[in-house]
Amino acid sequence: MALYSDTVMDHFRNPRNVGVIEDADGVGEVGNAKCGDIMKIYLKIEDDVVADVKFETFGCGSAIASSSMATELIKGKPVAEAMALTNRAVAEALDGLPAHKLHCSVLAEEAIRSALEDYYRKHPEKAPEK
Amino acid sequence: MTVYADNAATTPMSEAAVAAMLPYLTEISGNPSSLHSDGQRAKEALEAARADVAAALGAQPREILFTSGGSEADNTALRAAAVLGAEKGKRHLVSTAIEHHAVLHTLAALEKEGFEVTLVPVGESGIVDPAAVAAAIREDTALVSVMYANNEIGTLQPVAEIGAICREKGVLFHTDAVQAVGRCPIDVNAEHIDLLSASAHKFHGPKGVGFLYVRRGVKVTPLIAGGAQERGLRAGTENVGGIVATAVALKEALARREEDAARLTALRDRLIEGLAAIPHSALNGDPVRRLPGNVNFCFEGIEGESLLLLLDDRGIRASSGSACTSGSLDPSHVLLAIGRVHDVAHGSLRLSLGEDATGEEIDYLIANVREVVAYLRSISPVWRDLQSGQGRFLL
Ligand SMILES: Cc1ncc(COP(=O)(O)O)c(C=O)c1O
Ligand SMILES: [Zn+2]
Repeated sequence: MALYSDTVMDHFRNPRNVGVIEDADGVGEVGNAKCGDIMKIYLKIEDDVVADVKFETFGCGSAIASSSMATELIKGKPVAEAMALTNRAVAEALDGLPAHKLHCSVLAEEAIRSALEDYYRKHPEKAPEK
Repeated sequence: MTVYADNAATTPMSEAAVAAMLPYLTEISGNPSSLHSDGQRAKEALEAARADVAAALGAQPREILFTSGGSEADNTALRAAAVLGAEKGKRHLVSTAIEHHAVLHTLAALEKEGFEVTLVPVGESGIVDPAAVAAAIREDTALVSVMYANNEIGTLQPVAEIGAICREKGVLFHTDAVQAVGRCPIDVNAEHIDLLSASAHKFHGPKGVGFLYVRRGVKVTPLIAGGAQERGLRAGTENVGGIVATAVALKEALARREEDAARLTALRDRLIEGLAAIPHSALNGDPVRRLPGNVNFCFEGIEGESLLLLLDDRGIRASSGSACTSGSLDPSHVLLAIGRVHDVAHGSLRLSLGEDATGEEIDYLIANVREVVAYLRSISPVWRDLQSGQGRFLL
């Protein structure tokens, strides 16, 4: 289907890092069922590095693909780098999204940030100085 | 296996319709307005098609106005009634909340031009109550417009009853019968219809051709100005081949209608039964008073576009009323109108069967929808919350 790039379809059909981390160090959920997309991110942090990441998504093809790509982009990366993930980076890594689907990549960025903020809340000593 | 289950969106042309069309693209290519013999041959074909289409609805040939499709027919009908109403100081229009956007957006435009619009709600069944329509009619009502069959949930509206009410009250009655023509028996006189919209590509005719039935005596204001085609009511050289094919497709559809409807209804009910067995799912619209091939479900905890795309990978062509597929932020106005909240409306699936559907295809649809719904639920945080008791099931 020409609606999405091959990369989007690949991540949609075979999403990476789907699932739950039961003893997650940080959990973030964004979106709501009213707008039609909800993403939940689970993080395992070890030595200030994203040791593992999983996601669950209720949403359209690009929402699932954006979640999948976002988790790939931060996996194994230092927490500070993960925090700096932008929706543009997600969309670019997916070889682009249709204009009316860009909000899905924004949601992915927000979901990652929300999970990291949860991690900082639980580990205030790790939080960056404000 | 490939199953085209999106016949409410459009249907493939019938072979007979294609065959009927072809000569008018090549050998008989005259302009019906030309006086020479080539033109007159085209003109004869055009008028024969008009007579066939009229006969299919119990109308007179001069009451059929060919258009570019259902949308143009709807626009023309509503605009005509608005002009006629305004001439008499009547600036009130009555319709329903579940109309196609060709009607709803025209009504919205007329509202900006000073008309007042009452949209009669439909209940959970997706069927409008004739008494509610009657109650909405006022002294200054210029038009009642109620669709014959809904394009999303397939519900059949009590058109004859509403027609009788309008006739008694002296109000013009339009019906958008785009989904019904060729699929339902229609008689414009028995059902007291003054204006009726149809579109050929919904009954195995070509895309880009439709018609408006206009009861004799109802004046139409042209939307397209120019030449004197269509008795001066719709300018532009006629799509002769498309119109000829439309008549052929319509006659063909009506000839096999009863047989098709009986078989399709049985297959539809088998599909409904199979999908209803999926936990936390619900059929949208009345289970009985609906088009023979229409099935529309909501599945809790998942979103429709992803369901659609994964079914497409499995050879199943379907459609959804989710916001993401409609290209707007809101899910289908029809699903909201029948009381489905956003959360659930996003997870809708429409399967509209073609006349050649088979039992094997129905089994394939059921098995695959069941699998894909289960998979999408397995990766859905909404479903997890519902399962763990953190959320409340709506279906
Ligand atoms: C009920 C209804 N009205 C109007 C239309 C518009 O018809 P067309 O696509 O021929 O303009 C459609 C088709 O989608 C329809 O289903
Ligand atoms: Zn989306």
